[in-house]
Amino acid sequence: MDIVLQQLVNGLTLGSVYGLIAIGYTMVYGIIGMINFAHGDVYMVSSYITAIAIALISALLTFLGFESFLVVIIGTLFLTIVVTGAYGWVIERVAYRPLRNSSRLAVLISAIGMSLILQNYVQLSQGANQQGVPTMLTGALRFHVGDGFVQITYMKVFILIAAFAGMGILTYVIQKTKLGRMCRATQQDRKMASILGIDTDKIISTVFVIGATMAALAGVLITLDYGAFDFYIGFIIGIKAFTAAVLGGIGSLPGAMLGGLILGLSEALFAGLISSDYKDVFSFSLLVLILIIRPSGLLGKPEVEKV
Amino acid sequence: MSQSVGINFKKSSIDALIAGFMALILFGPIVGVVLDGYSFNAEFGKVAWMVLVVIVGRFAMSSFFQTEKGIAMAFRYANNNDGATVLPPGHKSKMVWIIPLVIVIGLLVPFIASKYVLTVVILGLIYVLLGLGLNIVVGLAGLLDLGFVGFYAIGAYGLALGYENLGLGFWSMLPIAALMAAIAGAILGFPVLRMHGDYLAIVTLGFGEIIRLVLTNWASFTHGPNGVSAPMPTFFGLEFTRRSSDGGTFHEFFNIPYDSAYRYMFIYIVLFAVVWAVLFIKHRLVKMPIGRAWEALREDEIACRSLGLNHVLVKLSAFMLGASTGGLAGVFFATYQGFVNPSSFTFFESALILAIVVLGGMGSTLGVVIAAFCLTVLPEMLREFAEYRVLMFGILMVVMMIWKPRGIVRVTRTGFAARKGVVK
Repeated sequence: MDIVLQQLVNGLTLGSVYGLIAIGYTMVYGIIGMINFAHGDVYMVSSYITAIAIALISALLTFLGFESFLVVIIGTLFLTIVVTGAYGWVIERVAYRPLRNSSRLAVLISAIGMSLILQNYVQLSQGANQQGVPTMLTGALRFHVGDGFVQITYMKVFILIAAFAGMGILTYVIQKTKLGRMCRATQQDRKMASILGIDTDKIISTVFVIGATMAALAGVLITLDYGAFDFYIGFIIGIKAFTAAVLGGIGSLPGAMLGGLILGLSEALFAGLISSDYKDVFSFSLLVLILIIRPSGLLGKPEVEKV
Repeated sequence: MSQSVGINFKKSSIDALIAGFMALILFGPIVGVVLDGYSFNAEFGKVAWMVLVVIVGRFAMSSFFQTEKGIAMAFRYANNNDGATVLPPGHKSKMVWIIPLVIVIGLLVPFIASKYVLTVVILGLIYVLLGLGLNIVVGLAGLLDLGFVGFYAIGAYGLALGYENLGLGFWSMLPIAALMAAIAGAILGFPVLRMHGDYLAIVTLGFGEIIRLVLTNWASFTHGPNGVSAPMPTFFGLEFTRRSSDGGTFHEFFNIPYDSAYRYMFIYIVLFAVVWAVLFIKHRLVKMPIGRAWEALREDEIACRSLGLNHVLVKLSAFMLGASTGGLAGVFFATYQGFVNPSSFTFFESALILAIVVLGGMGSTLGVVIAAFCLTVLPEMLREFAEYRVLMFGILMVVMMIWKPRGIVRVTRTGFAARKGVVK
């Protein structure tokens, strides 16, 4: 019983992070109908920037002669989100915008190329070894359940709060602000939106930046929690987040969050109860199964192909 | 073109400054601050160089696209959707002599080349085979398969495990592996091919990873990351070893001194024959109704379906054919290495094969053959740049898609003329 509860807690935090990354896939897919293959690697870049920001800010604080967890966290979040957002913008500008009117295959191949570029670029500049960050927040809440106990570290609590805050802010922006309205209009009908005076190229860039900032938030949270990362992590987590996006219904924002939570929970339960060696196989098989049984996902609308 | 020609240096400078600023944000942290444990080493000199290169490059590009030539070039790219070069009906190529020439040169290679050159050429030919297989799937049928390495792994492990468990040798596994890969392709493809193209890419990617993860984790059957040894090919039962475990050996039978290169010569000749067979089959298939259906389906699926093509079966045939070619390549890879382990079948391998197809020209056979040799033989020669290989592939894929989405070698085909007596 305590194992199940513990895995549920782990799954919830993992799932909220999958949800954050899935937002990037689902928004880009919604607006230009392509899978942003490089998105997982944007997440990978953000973990490196997290570690770099922590190292820089800690060095600065030591130089100034004081220590503050809050300053480090806020500074890291700010720096990571800004730099990763810039990556999102540049990737769109370099690899996708010149192909706006090309075939879907061309865009997808260009995206795969971008993903390879990012991986190798980080590997060349930061080295192929695994990197890490120091543990910043220690301690845990413990609940006794039966004979055992369930442990929720403060870090996990922080992840949950930050992830849901990020999703909440994004939902507000998309639903209530002018920018969000323009995004939704572009998603529904790009041509019509541009006729009505929306600079759709700019909106598409904005969507890439939003996706990247959400991935950056996920990158900060996961990096602080796990502590270790390398240049190859983007691949696996990218596929999982994509699975989450498809599970929830690609193109749907609440769907991405829901899909992330479901995937995180089921993966954690599978790893805890059946086999942790095969948990990646489980996620991939889940993806294949959803695509076969219900490609429109839980909250998505069935896709109608138009001439 | 109503724009006035003449370089507006102010615009170029602003473009260059913006690009430089972005480059500073991008490269600053990742390149400039190299992590070293929990602290870091600053390398701001490198960042300054990279930013400078970006600024100069952007300035040159911006200025170029304001000249007359640049505008014309940009216009050409914007309208760059030309397909094949169509030759006049009844065209006979003057290059017929080239095929016998290539065959003769190809057959001479094992007798003049050193053992090292021979192994590199064999590797090149294996990638030609993989490229041809993926070219049917991606180039002709337009289905993006990112898990092609899965079929390659099925072929390679098929030989290794088939020998270990069932005692099957190279020659019996060659057709069986092709069949196994085709069946795996059918099982994977049948449910997925009904769906939209992008999903196929992700599902096949997942499939490739599942195969690799199972090979890694199912240690009792596949020996996990340690790998399995694969048998060598035999020449009518004669082995290419110094001493035979059973039956005769090649050098004893022909009364010649033993040379370890015989094995590679033999693999090379068989592989060479198989590559030509695949080339021939592909060449005939694209002229048959099924080949025409692949290409038609790639261009417009809705039109094809309304004309009565069974799109699932047409796609499935391309998918299975491509998969079986991948399986064949896997058998050759296993016997060439004498050993297989899961690390040979990562996603990077799929991306490399895709880069071959993309660079060579989708649907173009000649282009794929050239590209396969370029991408496998060149890295062997440029060992000191090995770490930049993946970066180069990535840049190549992005640039090719923007610059020449149809690849370096354009598809040519002979036009049709109405036969005499047919209603015009």
